[in-house]
Amino acid sequence: MSQRSSKNIKFVDADILVIGGGFGGCGATYESRYWGRDLKIVLVEKANIERSGAVSHGLSAINCYMGMQWGENQPADFVRYARGDLMGLVREDLIFDIARHVDSTVHKFEEWGLPIMKDPKTGRYLREGKWQVMIHGESYKPIIAEAARKSASEVYNRIMVTHLLMDKTRPNRVAGALGFNVRDGQLHVFRAKAVIVAAGGASHVFRPRSVGEGAGKTWYAPWSSASAYGLVLRTGAKMIQMENRIVLARFKDGYGPVGAWSLLLKAQTTNAYGENYEAARLDEIKSLVGKYAETTPLPTCLRNHAMLQEVKAGNGPIYMQTQQVLDTKEKENTGWEDFLDMTVGQAVVWASQNIDPKEKPSELTTSEPYVMGSHATCSGAWASGPEDCAPADYQWGYNRMTTVEGLFGAGDTIGGSAHKFSSGSFTEGRIAGKSAVKYVRELAGNPPQVDEAQLTMLQQEIFKPLENFEIGRNEIVAGSVAPSYISPLQGLQRLEKIMDEYVGGISTFYMTSEPMLNRGLELLTMLKEDLDHIGAEDLHQLQRAWELHHRVWTAEAVLRHTLYRQETRWPGYYYRGDFPKLDDADWHAFTASQYDVKTGEWTMSKLPVHHIIE
Amino acid sequence: MPTFTYMTRCDGCGECVDICPSDIMHIDPVYRRSYNVEPNFCWECYSCVKACPQHAIDVRGFADFAPLGHSVRVLREEKMGTISWKIRYRDGRVKEFTFPIRTTPWGSIKPPSDYAAPDANALGSQMLAHEPTALGVEMLPTLPVLDKKEV
Repeated sequence: MSQRSSKNIKFVDADILVIGGGFGGCGATYESRYWGRDLKIVLVEKANIERSGAVSHGLSAINCYMGMQWGENQPADFVRYARGDLMGLVREDLIFDIARHVDSTVHKFEEWGLPIMKDPKTGRYLREGKWQVMIHGESYKPIIAEAARKSASEVYNRIMVTHLLMDKTRPNRVAGALGFNVRDGQLHVFRAKAVIVAAGGASHVFRPRSVGEGAGKTWYAPWSSASAYGLVLRTGAKMIQMENRIVLARFKDGYGPVGAWSLLLKAQTTNAYGENYEAARLDEIKSLVGKYAETTPLPTCLRNHAMLQEVKAGNGPIYMQTQQVLDTKEKENTGWEDFLDMTVGQAVVWASQNIDPKEKPSELTTSEPYVMGSHATCSGAWASGPEDCAPADYQWGYNRMTTVEGLFGAGDTIGGSAHKFSSGSFTEGRIAGKSAVKYVRELAGNPPQVDEAQLTMLQQEIFKPLENFEIGRNEIVAGSVAPSYISPLQGLQRLEKIMDEYVGGISTFYMTSEPMLNRGLELLTMLKEDLDHIGAEDLHQLQRAWELHHRVWTAEAVLRHTLYRQETRWPGYYYRGDFPKLDDADWHAFTASQYDVKTGEWTMSKLPVHHIIE
Repeated sequence: MPTFTYMTRCDGCGECVDICPSDIMHIDPVYRRSYNVEPNFCWECYSCVKACPQHAIDVRGFADFAPLGHSVRVLREEKMGTISWKIRYRDGRVKEFTFPIRTTPWGSIKPPSDYAAPDANALGSQMLAHEPTALGVEMLPTLPVLDKKEV
C-alpha cells in the first residue's frame, strides 16, 4: 500500500510548531507571529481550523472576562473564585497570569468582529454572571481561525498527529512531531525548535449516558480525543491532577448549557416536587468537606453532589424551571440563542419531545466524566509559571513550558489553571506563543535533531492497524468479529466500560476505591496490550485508532492519579469509598505523575500548592 | 441519524467532507453523494449543514432519545452577517429566530505582522501584543515576587 511506502514522507521544518487549531492553538499562532516576524510558524490540525476544536459549534458566552476597564473585577478576585471552585487546589500563578491578560484578548475579539452583547443601561458588555459576558457566538471559531490563518506561515489541515519526536542528543528535549494525512495517508514529519501542544482534552474516556447513535451527543466534543495528554505524557513530561475529572450538570441528553438560564434569566433548579434541595443538604456536605462547604459561590462539584443525593433519594427528575422566567419575547430569544449558538442538539431535543421552555420545565442530569484543563477542572501538564510572580519552585525558565525542554502547552494541555474557557485558552496560547519565541531566539545555533531510528520505528507503528486489518480480514467471511483484531470502536467501548465500572463513572454513581481501581488497572493493562491489534479498514479508522491510543494513555493517567490521592477531594466529581472525606492534612497538594519511556514505569508524587493570593 | 444527506439535493461537491470536525461526512462511491459514516461520532454541530451550498444536509435527532417528526433547519448568510433558524416541533409548532454572527467584513482582520514591530527588549517583559492599550487599563497587574521561604 502506498500509505506505508517509505518514500511517501513529507518533511516540514519550522521554528515553532503549534499542534491543534482550537482556541489555544490559534492564540499561540497569533502571538508567536507578533513577536517572531521572521520565524516559520506552522499550525497543524486534525480537522479543518475553520470549524475545529471545542468551539467549532459556536458559543453563547465568554466565560472568562475581568472587565478591569470598568473596575468590575481584578485578576486576584478571579484566582480566589477558581481556587474556591477547585476546593483549594489550583496553580494560582498560572490563573493570575491568564486573568491579567484576558481582557486584551476579548477586546481584540470584539475588534475582529465578534458581536458581544451590550447592557443598554451602562453600555458595558452584558454580564451573564460575575465572570461571563454574553455573545452572539455562532461564528466565534471562524473569526478566530481567520486571525490564526493570517499569522501562520503554513496551516496543515487533516493531519492526525500521533507522536511527539524527541531530540537525538538530549533525551528530555522535544524535536517535533509525527502524523499522517487523513485524506491520502502521507506521513508528515514536523521538525521544530519549539512545539506548543494545544490539542484537545478528553471526551469518550468514560462510558457516555447514551450508548447507541446518541453516543455522539456528549457534552465535550467527540473529537476531543485526549491528544493533549496522550501526546505529552509519553514524552516523560510531568502531569498533574489527572484525577480531577469533571462532571457537568446540564440539560438532559442534549447537554445544553445552564449558565444563561440560571445566572442571567434566574431560572430555579428544583427536584421533581419543586423544592430547592441544595440548601437542605448543606449540613451533610459540611460533614464531608468541612470549611469548603462555606465557599461562595458553592463549588461546582458540591452542587453536583447535592443533585446526585437528590436523585439517589428518588426525588428526581431534577428540573430547570424555565417556564417561570420567560415572560418576554426578548428573554425567550436569549434562552433559544443560548442553545442555537453552541448546542443545537438541545433545540433538537426540545422540538422532538414537544418541550416549549415557556410552558414547561426541562430535565437536568449529571454527565459522564471528562478530562480537561481548560474548563472548570485542572488536569494537564506541570508547567513553568510567569517569571515575575511565580514561586521559585513553579518556574524553570520559560512560561508555559512543560518539564520537557522546548515543549510548551496551552488550553487543555496545561494543568492547574482551570476556568480558562475560550478566552482564557486563547490567552494561554498567547502566553505560550510569546514564550516559545523567546526560547527559539535563545536557542540560536543549537537546534534539536530528529532521531532517525525513532522515526523508522514509529513509521511502522503508525500504519500497523491498516496491516492488521488487511491480513486479519482474510481469516473471516464478513462482519465485525475477527479473532486477530478489534476495531477502534470496539476498543473504545472496552475502554469506556472499564473506566465507567472501576474508575468512577455513571454506573457506580461516580464511586470507586482502591480494590476497584486495581482491578480496573489489570483490565486496562490488557487493553493497552491489545492496542497492538487494532484493525483499521481505512484512513478514517486509522485516525480513530490513534485517537483511541491517546484516550487509553490518558485513562491510565486518570486511574493512577485517582489511586494515588487517598481522599475524596471533589465529591460530585468522584468518590473514593475507602476515603470518603476531604483530608487537608495529607492531601492539600497536587498529585503528579511521570511516565518513564525507557522502563515503562510511572512515578507518582505530591507537589506543593502555594497560595500567593490572600 | 444525526446528520443525513437528501439524495435529490446533494451534488457531491464535498464541502461537508472538507469542514466536518469529526471527519464523518464521506462521499458514497456508488451514488457520488455525501453521507454520515459514523452517526455515533456526530455532535450535531451543524458545521456541514451550514456549509452545504445545496441545503442538502439535515438533522434527525439521535434515535436514543429524540422522537420523530421534528426539524431544526438553518440558513447562514455570511455576507449579511446573520444566521436564521426554523424549528418545527413534533406537534407542528414552529419557532423562528435570527441572530447576528459578525460585525466586520470577512477577511478584514489585521494580521499581527501589520502592526509596528515590538521593541526587541520587550520580548523579556510580561506584556503581550497590544498591551497595555488593549487591556483598557494603564498597567498590566502584577504580584509581589515571593521567595521560597514565604510560600
